Amino acid sequence: MNTACPATPRILLRKTNLDKPLWEKLFMDIPYIVKPREDTGLYNAKVGIWLFLASEVMLFGALFSSYILLRVGAAAGTWPHGLLNVALGTINTLVLICSSVTVVMSWASLKLGNFGRYRIYQSITLLCALTFLGIKSVEYHDKFNHYEVIQTDGRIVDGHLVERTKDFDLAKKTGAVTLLGHFVEKTEAGAHEATAKHAEHSNITIPVAQIKKMENYGPWHSTYLAIYFTLTGLHALHVFAGAAVIFVIWGPLAGLWKTDPARYTNRIEISGLFWHFVDLVWIFLFPVLYLL
Amino acid sequence: MSDSHDIHHVHQAVRRYLIVFGALLVGTLLTVWASYVHFIHFHIGGAEINTNVVVALFIASVKAFLVAGYFMHLISERKMIYGILTATGFFFVGLMFLTIWAMHDYPMLTIK
Repeated sequence: MNTACPATPRILLRKTNLDKPLWEKLFMDIPYIVKPREDTGLYNAKVGIWLFLASEVMLFGALFSSYILLRVGAAAGTWPHGLLNVALGTINTLVLICSSVTVVMSWASLKLGNFGRYRIYQSITLLCALTFLGIKSVEYHDKFNHYEVIQTDGRIVDGHLVERTKDFDLAKKTGAVTLLGHFVEKTEAGAHEATAKHAEHSNITIPVAQIKKMENYGPWHSTYLAIYFTLTGLHALHVFAGAAVIFVIWGPLAGLWKTDPARYTNRIEISGLFWHFVDLVWIFLFPVLYLL
Repeated sequence: MSDSHDIHHVHQAVRRYLIVFGALLVGTLLTVWASYVHFIHFHIGGAEINTNVVVALFIASVKAFLVAGYFMHLISERKMIYGILTATGFFFVGLMFLTIWAMHDYPMLTIK
């Protein structure tokens, strides 16, 4: 490995050795993929991932500042509380913490030369990622299935969709919808939640002719849900991407462990740094969205 | 692949990871518990401060420090990484201050 030639163009311009395959000529001498540079003390991928994470901090920072602006700018008493399932949020937090530990334990296993244990730890990491995404999708499904119906007489029904008649059509004013929910006394968010917690839920069938407005709890329902779906959706994409990278290194790229174990271990460190960042973002998302 | 010094170092790191793991679990449960406690709100310069928000963000910050410091090895990282993060922190804080300055366009501290 040439450590005195950091610039890739010089490698490409170097006299080629015709008895080696092209990819080998191009890539085998890329410096500092394992060995640290003399000036930074770091291998290149580590500098790269930290620069990437710096940009990620700014991405989520922009969304967090949007959250603060929306929340502080909301009229007193209108910001929803208790709309999300705290138990599911807590479980997801614990799941992500477990996955962070298994990632560092897998890296430590490779440092100790124990490839089998590494694979077990990373399998648990992948299971945790799937569990997290599964719970998140359950939460999303619940919100998309949760409706608020304002009737023509001014009364509001809040509940989960049970069924729609076959001729249900809001535009043609035909059919009916049944929700498992309750009548809401007031439209303000505070009163709404208070009544929701104590109200007895039952099946309420509403003819479409009596519906003035019907909307589910998707991102369009309120600024709170808009920022909730944006933040958690972007975070879920990061969980998915991180899990995909971990899986690829765990499975298809595992052969590198036999040929270049140090480089393979570094890949685990790099993917781990990304994974911990994803965990770190959730550490703030959980209290901000679920508890406060 | 490792000499005895490295192996000892890794074993020490594993012990630290497990301690941090326990601290993160406790921190999570503490966050949930604290959210159900109604702390007394205090006033600074006439503005009411929601203590629950302060407590929750403090616990989250401690947890974030543990993850970044020990799992991401920032406790013992190279100067260049600190340099990158210092620049990031500067712009991040700037971004948050933009938000605070923008609050002058809204009724102040409407969080209840």
